[in-house]
Amino acid sequence: MPVRLHVWGERACFTRPEMKVERVSYDVMTPSAARGILEAIHWKPAIRWQVDRIHVLKPIRFQSIRRNEVGAKANASNAASAMKRGDTSGLGIVVEESRLQRAALVLVDVAYVIEAHFTMTDKAGPEDTPAKHLSMFNRRASQGQCFHRPCLGTREFAAEFALIPDGAPLPPCELEPDRRDADLGWMLHDIDFTDGRNESRFFRAEMRNGVIEVPPFHAEEVVR
Amino acid sequence: MSKPVSNRYEFVLYFDVANGNPNGDPDAGNMPRLDPETNQGLVSDVALKRKVRNFVALAKGDAPGHEIYMSEGATLNNQHKKAWAAIMPEVNKDEEFKKLPKDQQKARALTAWMCANFWDIRTFGAVMTTGVNAGQVRGPVQFTFARSVEPILPLEVSITRMAATTEKDTDDKGGRTMGRKHIVPYGLYRAHGFVSAPLASHPVKGTGFSEDDLELLWQALCQMFDHDRSAARGEMATRKLIIFRHDCALGNAQAQALFDRVKTWRVHAGSTQPVGSPATDNWPPARQWADYAVTIDRDGLPAGVEIIEKC
Repeated sequence: MPVRLHVWGERACFTRPEMKVERVSYDVMTPSAARGILEAIHWKPAIRWQVDRIHVLKPIRFQSIRRNEVGAKANASNAASAMKRGDTSGLGIVVEESRLQRAALVLVDVAYVIEAHFTMTDKAGPEDTPAKHLSMFNRRASQGQCFHRPCLGTREFAAEFALIPDGAPLPPCELEPDRRDADLGWMLHDIDFTDGRNESRFFRAEMRNGVIEVPPFHAEEVVR
Repeated sequence: MSKPVSNRYEFVLYFDVANGNPNGDPDAGNMPRLDPETNQGLVSDVALKRKVRNFVALAKGDAPGHEIYMSEGATLNNQHKKAWAAIMPEVNKDEEFKKLPKDQQKARALTAWMCANFWDIRTFGAVMTTGVNAGQVRGPVQFTFARSVEPILPLEVSITRMAATTEKDTDDKGGRTMGRKHIVPYGLYRAHGFVSAPLASHPVKGTGFSEDDLELLWQALCQMFDHDRSAARGEMATRKLIIFRHDCALGNAQAQALFDRVKTWRVHAGSTQPVGSPATDNWPPARQWADYAVTIDRDGLPAGVEIIEKC
């Protein structure tokens, strides 16, 4: 029971982990980002989304954007001490003092089709049938409903989405014929969060006729 | 505190600039941001969020629960902190506090407390090193880049100053220096935004972003430019805020279908044409809000969606 979701947007940034300070996007959507979009529409601890295929529908183009960003994170111990004494003085971050200017090389005008299915996890209870979750996802996606607005890599690049019903044709691929096959190199597959491991896993992304086959997360060709 | 927001919203914000620079590009010597492919002007999401934060800080001052985490400029809080350090220097028990976030319950209480006190964390979220949910709070409100309706033509304006900074400059340049300003003669920008209700009202993930907070957000969007005057900005103003209210948390319609209902037109000498239409080729460039018209298609609105015009 695979689902097919058409997603598109004006910009996208699927940040390469090796170039994350001045962000550089991957050429295409990562399976991890695709999973995030599906989870934004429907997810429960009982299911795990698995991305099978990513169709690239638009030519791959980049644009650079430099923004003023903040280099500091909220400090938990400061917050804890403020909470204890019951006042918030000195908790804020003064943006001028931790100012970073960072460029991001982002994708422009992207569109993909995500083909995915889900498996049940051991958190599934007796009431969690695959059919129930599938129809919940289909209902939400076809009506434009979402738990939170899905995004293309980062939250400022909101994603539009539409369900492709069973049997309906895929949207046309606008890639030039000689650009439909490419070796995209090693790409992040997803991050393994089990037991707090937070371990990234990679796979060799190859585009064949505009389509990237994504191996299962625990397959042999997915490496640490 | 009113109850957390439990309806999904989308909004379209129109604002314009006259003879000012709405958002400088640090990569291009502070020129107005441009989409290099279409020459449309851009204003980044973070620039808009900054103005919302500044407005809330102004409007709410020291009101409890409305502090701004990402503050700009000198904050009184730092003065308070100094006072605190002077009176009770022993409060720095970092080692003890470092253990706290490991405990899920306490970490969650910490996050909840931050959400309750800081308006911007409740609204936009924040990365906090609390170790819960990857250590970050996602806020319900999300902005995208604003884009000008038509291509803009930034102008570089050279200006002189009848004084010099250093004595050497005074000697070399006769006491006068030159500078540059970048302006957009006129630009109408359109931004899209989202309010994801579950991120406000969900029992675990919700930040408690309330109906009152939402009202304050709308107010901020309508008035934020009125309190952001500066030499660089020129005249900026919010022209229209169109809100789509869904009658449930997950929404009743596709966002893009709702956004498509709002259309921008060019107006000249009594005739109205779509933006970019060849019929407008010989028209003079837009220089005021009256050169544009915005229409909202209200026919056949999906059930459960309501259109609200705030300004």
